Formats: sequence, C-alpha cells, structure tokens
Amino acid sequence: MIAFGFIAAILGTLGFAILAPIIGCLLAGLDRVISARMQGRVGPPLLQPFYDVRKLFEKERVTVNGVQDAYVICALIFAIIAGGIFFSGGNLLMCVFVITLSSLFFIIAAYSSRSPYAEIGAARETIQVMAYEPMVLLFAVAFYMATGLILQPYISSMLPAGSFDVASVFLLDKPVIVYIWPAFLGLMFILTIKLRKSPFDLSLSHHAHQEIVRGMTTEMSGSTLGFVEILHWYENVLFLGWVGLFFVWGGPITLILGVVAALAAYFLEILIDNNFARVKWQFMLKSSWAVALILGGINIAVLAFL
Amino acid sequence: MAYSSKSPWVIHYNGSSCNGCDIEVLATLCPGFDGERFGIINTGNPKHADIFLVTGSVNEQNIDVVRQIYDQMVEPKVVVACGICACSGGIFHDCYNVIGGVDQAIPVDVYAPGCAVRPETLIDAIVQGIAVLDEKAEKIKAKRKGLA
Repeated sequence: MIAFGFIAAILGTLGFAILAPIIGCLLAGLDRVISARMQGRVGPPLLQPFYDVRKLFEKERVTVNGVQDAYVICALIFAIIAGGIFFSGGNLLMCVFVITLSSLFFIIAAYSSRSPYAEIGAARETIQVMAYEPMVLLFAVAFYMATGLILQPYISSMLPAGSFDVASVFLLDKPVIVYIWPAFLGLMFILTIKLRKSPFDLSLSHHAHQEIVRGMTTEMSGSTLGFVEILHWYENVLFLGWVGLFFVWGGPITLILGVVAALAAYFLEILIDNNFARVKWQFMLKSSWAVALILGGINIAVLAFL
Repeated sequence: MAYSSKSPWVIHYNGSSCNGCDIEVLATLCPGFDGERFGIINTGNPKHADIFLVTGSVNEQNIDVVRQIYDQMVEPKVVVACGICACSGGIFHDCYNVIGGVDQAIPVDVYAPGCAVRPETLIDAIVQGIAVLDEKAEKIKAKRKGLA
C-alpha cells in the first residue's frame, strides 16, 4: 500500500510537472485576453505568456548573485512537489506545507538581492503569507472533518475521524462543499491573495502602473524571471485544483464539475482583479484573518459538534 | 530564430519633454491603440524591458539618469527616441541647458519624429525596433554558440 502510494506520488508529480505549465500558460493567456476585453481592448494572442517566457530565456544572463537563481529553482521544485502530492491524491496538509515552503524560498530569493525595492516586495509577501496561511490551514482541517462526517456510516473503523487524503473524495457520496461551504467562501477570499490579483497583489503586481518598480522581481531578469513566471503557472493550477476539490465526489465524472467550478473561480478572480485598486496591507491582514476566524473557525466549530 | 519579436516589453522615461509625447506613449498602450495586441507591455523596471522609449531632449540634469537606465537594461535591448525633441532637441535644441537628442547620451536605434509623436508612429517605431532587437538577439546567440 505504501509502495503504491509512493509510485502514485511519483507519477502524479511527473504528470503535474509536464501538464501544469501547459494549462497554467493557457490560463495566464486567457487571463490577459479576458482582462483586455473587460477594459475594451483587443488584447494579446492567447499564447502571449509563452512568447514572453520564451523571450526571457533568450536574454543575457545577468544576476545580482548566484544564490538568487538557486532559491527560485528551489521554489519551483517545491511547487511541483506540492502539486504532485495534490494531484496524485496525496495528503492535503502536506501539500499545503510544501507550497508554503515554496513561497518561503521565493521570499528569500527576493531578499537575497538586497535591493530596497525587492525587499519591500519580500516584506509584503511575508505579510501576505501571514494573511492567507490561517485560512489555508483551516481549509485543510475542515476538509479532514468533512470527509470524516460523510464517511462515518461506512468505514468509520478504518478512518477514525476523517482523512486528509485528496483521493478520499472519490469514496464520498456527496461533495465536501455540503458541509464546508463557509470554508470554501473563506478560501475564495484568500485565493485573490494567492493568485496575486488586485486588491491583494501587494508584493508583486502584474500591472506596472501600481507597483514600486517591480516588487519582488525587481532584481530578477532573463531566465530567472522566466522561472518565476513558470512558478506562477504551477501555483495557479494547484490553487484552482483546491477549488475544484470541493465539488468532486463519487466517480471520476464529477471531476468535470470540479474543473467547471475552478474555471468559474478563475473568471471571478479576473473580474475582481479588474475592478479593484490595491488595498493597504493592514486591511488585507485584518480582513483575511477575520474571514479565516469567522468562516473557517465557525465552520470547524459546528462540524466538531455534528 | 530569435524570440524577442513577439514580446517587446518597454520602459518609458521622460527626459525633458513637455509631456505631449508622454501622453502619446501612454495612449499607445490604452484601449484606442492597444499596444498589447503586439505583446507590448509597459514595465516599470529597466531589468525587464527590451525597448527603451525616451521622450524629450537630454540635458545636464538627466543625462546620467538616461545612461543609468540604459546600462541597467539587459541585452538584447533597443532604444527608441520618441518625438522630435528626443531625436534632435527639437525647438529646444539651442537652449543653454540642452545637450541635444538622446543619441548624445546613448546609442539610438530608431528615431520616431513628431510634435507630439503620434501613437501610430510609435507603434511603427516599436515594430522597427523589434527587427533590430531580433538582429541583436541573433548576434548574442551566435556569440554564445561560438564561445561554447
């Protein structure tokens, strides 16, 4: 059983490593086209993010220090591992921790340049991690309790209280959102931070007009910046996978519903991105903690008494 | 095959222009002309930019800034002088404090005249700049292969 899980994790990671950039690139292109249409423009071709990254790898290699590249590569590797854990049906809590490790590597990469602008970005990214992390952890706990509640009548002797395993959703007879819709709303709130969308794109905005030089990537250029873009593609696919997780149960046919829900969430994020200006970090921190405590906390408290 | 042509990221610096050309540079990126159709993005960071759009002439105060931005840009890079002041100094060319066009400070690849420069001219200039960009990218690639 353990060997099987290990092989599944390896295959899942490989599959994620190959497929996620393709999907992530198309999503990023879709984002730019839809954003342009929302602003009354025609917008770039769908494959524009791919053209951008291709160009970045062609640029001259200049870097303030060699260690920055190493940190960015580490961030990329851990993002791939986190996605592999999730999409091979592994442990959701482990996935959450590994993707946080990836974020930390990215923060260290920004700090390592010693540029004042990159340091502002890195400090803000640290605050962003502080803002979204409670809700992400409560989401994992809520998922565990919901699977426990749904599975209870059937195999409670095998699974004492629930399961962190993503694959366990296929054993359920109803989706987890039935029990943890408040946690879903909370996750949707912090998804804006995780996807780096306005109003919460404090550390690294994709729009130059509201950024202090270029936030965390100020000192990153050429292939390093290319890797950062690819890192975002991986992250976006993983986070949308989390959204889809709420809607999957029973058979694989429900995966379609998960994908539809994830795409709807992505469209909503683009809409939010185009309609809000950036907020101050105080508001981001307070509001996301309030959301985590109220929606996530109450959800878990109620589940504990069910 | 060079890949720069489909994703020209620009950085915009205003030397000592009257702001007429600046407004036109921004108009190029706004819905009316939508430079993003060609992948043109305005970056605020010289390290990310491929094309340097300079408006206004060069004077004693800003010549170091122009050189600094140019030096920070990563090869391959292209400079476009936007507007007649950036090309030659324009009506300010014989002012006591004006040194002249941008080419007095850094090598200029494309000159886009006009007072103020039209967005159509700017898009044309950027497209011409893209050709130069590709040429330079090819040279760098050949050099890299030669060294390896």
